[in-house]
Order: sequence, then structure tokens, then C-alpha cells
Amino acid sequence: MGLSSGDAPEMWNVEHPDRIAKLYQGAVDAGSDLFLTNSFGGNASRLKLHDAQNRVMELNRAAAEIGREVADKAGRTVIVAGSVGPTGDIMVPMGSLTHALAVEMFHEQAEGLKAGGADVLWVETISAFEEYAAAAEAFKLADMPWCGTMSFDTAGRTMMGVTSREMVKSVGKLDYQPQGFGANCGTGASDLLRTILGMVDANPDLPLISKGNAGIPKYHDGHIHYDGTPELMADYAELARNCGARIIGGCCGTTPEHLTAMREALETRPKGDRPTLDQITAALGSFSSDSDGTDGNGPVRAARRGKRRG
Amino acid sequence: MSDDDDIILADLNDEDLVAQMFDDLYDGMKEEIEEGVNILIERGWEPYKVLTEALVGGMTIVGADFRDGILFVPEVLLAANAMKGGMAILKPLLAETGAPTIGKMVIGTVKGDIHDIGKNLVGMMMEGAGFEVIDLGINNAVDGYIEALEKEKADILGMSALLTTTMPYMKVVIDTLVEKGMREDYIVLVGGAPLNEEFGRAIGADAYCRDAAVAVETAKTWMARKHNRASAG
Repeated sequence: MGLSSGDAPEMWNVEHPDRIAKLYQGAVDAGSDLFLTNSFGGNASRLKLHDAQNRVMELNRAAAEIGREVADKAGRTVIVAGSVGPTGDIMVPMGSLTHALAVEMFHEQAEGLKAGGADVLWVETISAFEEYAAAAEAFKLADMPWCGTMSFDTAGRTMMGVTSREMVKSVGKLDYQPQGFGANCGTGASDLLRTILGMVDANPDLPLISKGNAGIPKYHDGHIHYDGTPELMADYAELARNCGARIIGGCCGTTPEHLTAMREALETRPKGDRPTLDQITAALGSFSSDSDGTDGNGPVRAARRGKRRG
Repeated sequence: MSDDDDIILADLNDEDLVAQMFDDLYDGMKEEIEEGVNILIERGWEPYKVLTEALVGGMTIVGADFRDGILFVPEVLLAANAMKGGMAILKPLLAETGAPTIGKMVIGTVKGDIHDIGKNLVGMMMEGAGFEVIDLGINNAVDGYIEALEKEKADILGMSALLTTTMPYMKVVIDTLVEKGMREDYIVLVGGAPLNEEFGRAIGADAYCRDAAVAVETAKTWMARKHNRASAG
């Protein structure tokens, strides 16, 4: 749509609301029941890098307001989900971000999205569960229902080492429960579905969300495009449902053409049995790692040579 | 506390002490690493030997287990922090003794890209492997990279991008190096979540590094080649 490299997309909520409305409209016209607002990087920590840390309320409210308008004239129920991305900071003790500050930042963004008319808050691409929990606490303060997904992009786990199964367990212990949870982004459709299967195995009480990328990014003549075709995403959507996911969507590289194909697949193809890992790789390509840390077959540390400290 | 829990580092012979330091690095125990470094220095070890055999040796295990999906970012950050504690003691001693440098890297995220977790991780792991790292931070234009490479007499340029919208800028930097006739002077490594090997080749980088551990291994391999070329030439 013409965003320059490096500019904050959230600025367009006030500078080019027409383009953002068009972006949302594309998802609605393709048959989406739910779309995410243009506010992924709309927390103070991210906006600070564009010197816009004081505009959290304004930019998030605008992101949701545009969404509200598009959804309300859709002629059917379309949910406006207020997108909340990670702070980009590492939490204590490894990093510098405290729990209190993380809650404060997420809360500020949540209030903006709520003021703009978002139906639900949607935190995603989280790698540390501590950050996920901070978002939950903030959404409770904002008194908003929410959903939340993590990204499992490192040997089947999140960057911080969380497995699919551990996430199910940790979500179950949250004081303020989401409406649904699951996985987004990561390293391709196959990996994402392996994560969903891992979650299903852990018997979650809540609906699972599957939001995979449209393939992987490829470089052509100075431009990047994702190589996942609408046909592949249609197969992914079908398999995601068969795996047990209830909310199915597309992350990076997903266009209205992909969404149209996914919608059609979900409406026209019958629900099938839960696929095996082999069936997933046969349809969508191989996994990025042999194990995802839930099967007991993952790599383990070589024996220590020194004495273990108590 | 049982007797087994008490490890008196000073009572261990050199071999056992180094083995213990490998474990302490792995477990991110900064004070114990500092103590171990001081003991080895007191025993007359050359600072360069402490660096390469005790610290870099230990971090190599951390790096390999990170690469293999045994350790993850939190553990690696703690290990790097422990390593840093040891390095703070060694750095002045290394300078005094005129020890050889393993290599110098200029690193930063490319223009427009403000996502720096990956870049920071590579910087830490490179330092953990004994490289000197000049961190230019986020959002670097081509001029900034080139100025730093020349000023620091660096061996390696590391560029990082998390966004598909910013990664093409890496090619701008490499093309500029070629235009200025400087490309052959540096090892160019690129990395970031949306990149892949094909992209690295397409833009003319020496290598794409999947993660921080691979970055370290690749840097070591290319530095060895550079040394070989220098001695052959």
C-alpha cells in the first residue's frame, strides 16, 4: 500500500485513514469474521523508537475507530480485534522490562483500543510467557475480553523456549482468562499446525487460535514476497480445523486472495480426522526442526564434566 | 546444605577448574566465573589463554546447545552476562599483554529497522566467542556502517533486519561497498527472522546466519579463511 521502509504503520491511522479502511475492507470482503486493527506496534516502547510514545491513546483509538466503521457497515457480524504486539523488550531478570511497566504499557494501549470501539483485544507474537501474563493483567484493568497467541519460531518453541504444551498449562493458571489462545506467525504453516496439535494434546479448556504465515518471505528484484499460494493457505485452513483450531487466520504475507481461498475451503470441504504429523508435512512442507520439545525426543545437553552446584 | 554443594574453586586443579567454569558459564553464574578467572590469572595463566580456553571454550558449548535447540534465549543471556563478568577482568590484561585479537565486528540493524533483540543476541554471542563488537544500535544508514568499518578497522560487518520491508536495504549497503571498492576488505554477515540463505546470496553477502550461534561459527570460519589468505598472499 506504499508504506516506506521503517515508518511506523500506526501513523497511517491518522495520516491515511482511507488506506487503513481499505486494508480492513479487503479482509471483510474476503469473508473474514474477524480482523485485527493496525496497532501491532502501538505500545509506548515500540512507538518510542519513532518518538511517538506520547501518542499511544490517539493512534490506538484511531486504529479501532476505523475498524469499527468498516465492521458496522459490513452487513453481517464482523469482530474488530484490537491488535497488541510485544513490547520488544526483554523482561527482568534477563532484561530490563519490569512486570509493572509492561502492565502499564499494555493497559495504556488497551484503553485506546477500547475507546475506539474494539470488540476484543488481541495480543500476539509473544515469546515470553511473563509478557503474555502482563498483557492479561492489563486487559483485566481495561475490563476487556481478550485473545492471545505466542510465536513458536525456534525449534518448535518460542524464542524464550516455551513449548506448546507449556503454554496451555500457563494459560490455564491465568487469573483473567482469554476467550481463546494459540499460535501465530513463526516459521511456516507446517510448524504452526504441529504447535496446534501439541496444544490439543494438552487438553485446553478454551478455543484454539491458528494464525499461520502465507509461506516464507522470498526476495525478488528488490522486493519481498511471501511464497505461500492461496491454494496452500486453503489447505492450511482445512488442516488447522482438522487439528482442532476454532479460530483460523493468516499472519504475514496473507492477502485477501488467500483469505478468500481459506474461507471457501472451510465452507466447502468437510471436516476430517485430526491429521498426523506426516500428513501435515505431505500437504504443507517439512518442519523447521525435528522436535518441538513436547515429544521427549528433543536434543538434550551432553553430560556435565564439573560437579553440579546445589 | 550438603558437602556436595560446596565447591571451592581454588581447591580444584586447572583441568577441573576449567571444567567447572564451563558448567558455571552454562548456568550463568557470574560471580563464580569472575572468581575462576582471577584464580587462573593468579596461577600464572596468560590472559589470552584464560579467554580462549576457559571462557570461549565454555561459551562454545552454550552456543552449540543454543543452535541445537537445547538452550534458549533466557539461558544464553545469563551465560553471556557471566562471560561479560570474566571479560571485564581480562580486558585490561589482554590490552597490556598485547594479545592477538580474534576479530572485530561492526554490527547494527539496517535503516528503518528498530528491532534489535536478534542483533543484541549476536553481539553478545560474538563477544562470548572473544570477538570485539562495535554495536551501532538500530536504524543504520549506509554511511554510518562504512564510517564505522573504516574507523574501527573492522574485519566483519553484521547487518540485521526483522522486517521484510527493511531487509532489502542490506543490498544497498553491500552495493555501496562494491562501488567504493571496499567489499573485499570485509566479511559481510546478514541475519534476521525473515531472511534466508537464498536472500543472503541474492544480495551478495558472504553468509546468512540463521541464529546467533551460527553467526559465531560462520564468523570464525571466515576469519580463518581471511588469515589463510593473508598468509598465502
